[in-house]
Amino acid sequence: MNEHFERMKDLPSTHLLGAGTALCAGCGGLEAVKEVYDVLGPNTVFVNAAGCMTLMSVYPFTPFRGSWLYTAMASAPAGAQGVRDALDVLKAKSRMTAEEDLEVVVLTGDGSANGMGLSATSAAIDRGLDFIYLCYDNEGYGNTGQQSSAATPHGARTATDAANAGLPGWKKDLFAIWTANRPAYAATVIGGEPLDLARKIDKAKLIEGPRLIIALAPCPTGWGYEPQHSVDIAKLAVKTGVWPLKEYADGKVTHTRIPHPRTPVEEYLKLQGRFAHLFEPERNEALLAEIQNRVDTYWEALDAEG
Amino acid sequence: MTRQLMTGNAAAAWGARLADIDYVPAFPITPQTEIIETLSRWIGEDALAARMTMFESEHSMITAAGAAAATGVRVFTATSSQGLLYGMEMLYAVAGWRAPFVLVNVSRGLAAPITLEPDHNDIMAARDSGFLQIHCATCQEVLDQMLIGYRMGEDAGVRLPVIVNLDGFYLSFTREPVDLPEKPAVDAFLPPFDPGPTRFRAGKPVSQAVAVLGGAPYSYFRYEVELAARAALNVYDEVAEAFATQFGRRHDAVEAYRCDDAEIVFVMIGSFATKAREAVDRLREAGTAAGLVRPVLLRPFPEAKLRAALRGKKAAVVVDQNISIGKGGVLHCELASALYGQKGAPGALLSFIGGLGGRDIGAEEFFEMAAVAAKAAETGETPPPRLLYTGHELREMRKLQAIAHVEHAEAGETP
Repeated sequence: MNEHFERMKDLPSTHLLGAGTALCAGCGGLEAVKEVYDVLGPNTVFVNAAGCMTLMSVYPFTPFRGSWLYTAMASAPAGAQGVRDALDVLKAKSRMTAEEDLEVVVLTGDGSANGMGLSATSAAIDRGLDFIYLCYDNEGYGNTGQQSSAATPHGARTATDAANAGLPGWKKDLFAIWTANRPAYAATVIGGEPLDLARKIDKAKLIEGPRLIIALAPCPTGWGYEPQHSVDIAKLAVKTGVWPLKEYADGKVTHTRIPHPRTPVEEYLKLQGRFAHLFEPERNEALLAEIQNRVDTYWEALDAEG
Repeated sequence: MTRQLMTGNAAAAWGARLADIDYVPAFPITPQTEIIETLSRWIGEDALAARMTMFESEHSMITAAGAAAATGVRVFTATSSQGLLYGMEMLYAVAGWRAPFVLVNVSRGLAAPITLEPDHNDIMAARDSGFLQIHCATCQEVLDQMLIGYRMGEDAGVRLPVIVNLDGFYLSFTREPVDLPEKPAVDAFLPPFDPGPTRFRAGKPVSQAVAVLGGAPYSYFRYEVELAARAALNVYDEVAEAFATQFGRRHDAVEAYRCDDAEIVFVMIGSFATKAREAVDRLREAGTAAGLVRPVLLRPFPEAKLRAALRGKKAAVVVDQNISIGKGGVLHCELASALYGQKGAPGALLSFIGGLGGRDIGAEEFFEMAAVAAKAAETGETPPPRLLYTGHELREMRKLQAIAHVEHAEAGETP
């Protein structure tokens, strides 16, 4: 059922996800999962890849009102395929009613999504698996102390790029990898923009096939800031254009929020310890310009497309 | 019941078909591929009401197998060698999920060097995973053991996945006469899979495979798996008995051939044990009281039955078709742990490595092993583990090396 989230007051007022998990205070990933869960509802089975969220369900507790299956780091989409196939077989053989059916949701971090799990994910898209793939992107291997992943942004210092100019590489474009393979739906979201998120989840749940949701997940411990700033940082990620909010449907990418005018990227960067080396002991103008330029290029290319 | 000539792979496919499997996650690998191709054809012809999904790796395939079993359907899958190792992480994981299904492994030696032919290093690597293991010596056993495997693994007191192992080429591609059971008889023997409360349904939430914090809960769940595997010793006997009643074929956990009055007993698993069986007959003709003990069930390890079969023997000769590099034969180590300090244990326990990468073990080698064992029993001195290799093989190998040297030298001359 489409809920039509038009205003903030349309967002669900009862929250399904239980409190008291072992996750960090201010976790942007948890915020996104909580908002996603409110829209998806409890008739879901979360198939989890190794990462921070694995610690959500620790025996004998779970914050989910629905079901949960932890798999491994590399093969959560294959676990989702096994569950989906089994449910379909049970329905086809009348050993289960349609009312007992579940939405299968992979819950993965960016480390698995952009690295070890990419092969299994790609194959699930190839097969047209009917599932939601929810990636909380905290831009590093957060659960092990924020080592660089393929989703770590250029110039960020991490536990494995701890010195000098931070990560020399660039963040992998997982959204583009997915959309190049024509999934049923793909969207970027962020917990700090709950209305945009709710609309996209609401849309995704009515579509069949592979559906990607990437939530940028501000991470106090990994990014180096106090937990109370998570929402501010999320909003700045959108306003600066660092995290474009967009969706892919019917073969077309649409931006759901075009920041105008764009706040300078350094407003976002300077709040985070992982980028402190861009400002202290002296400003690294070249690297700041490089990062700003990359963001500008993205949006200018979009303008050029019209 | 009809009798047909069929390969071990076809027998495995028939076992899956007769077991009314619901789901086949699949990935091709030699020499297993014929199994999934056969199942795919039957599904296409509506001869089998199952769904097959092709995965991009064995790691994913085994994940899906466990996930589907955890959702409440009967699952079959198959692999070999590198594939089993590629999926190794998930073997351990899904066994811990207590999600029963049957995986056929068609044994094949491991790289490097890469080969297609059989030995048991692949399946031995899965030894500690929590999968129960049944080792087949004939195509008939492959079919029968799949039915036994489902009933044992799905037993409420066991609930563990099962590997049914057959040797590549020697069974996978070799046609043997196989009695194909009638479907009603199979249905009488093997009830539909009852997943119990462990399944995913809307309105009945469950959390499976959750994390634990601390050694005490971790140990508790690991011990539960161990105790379930031990319980499978009795369950196997009961199921094999029921199978014998239903179909008239006995599949004891440990096969003992001409052992009652034997003095020297070979211990082997899999199809190469039939070579030992033949050698036992020849040795008997030549006046040596030889016998053969073949563990069919390897996990759980049927220790009591092995002790009983080997009690009072002069020597036991373990021929391992695997090699734990730096130690030797895995089966030999397991036998030693089962026999050490036991009353009536064989006077000598000898270790030989043979049959790696499909290398034959000839009758003359069995004669030699028996002679070495007799001497060890007589002198009380056990020789060190021996790697079987004949002078002829070494001469042929030297020829290959000579060619390689020539090729190398010629290549060196041209820039």
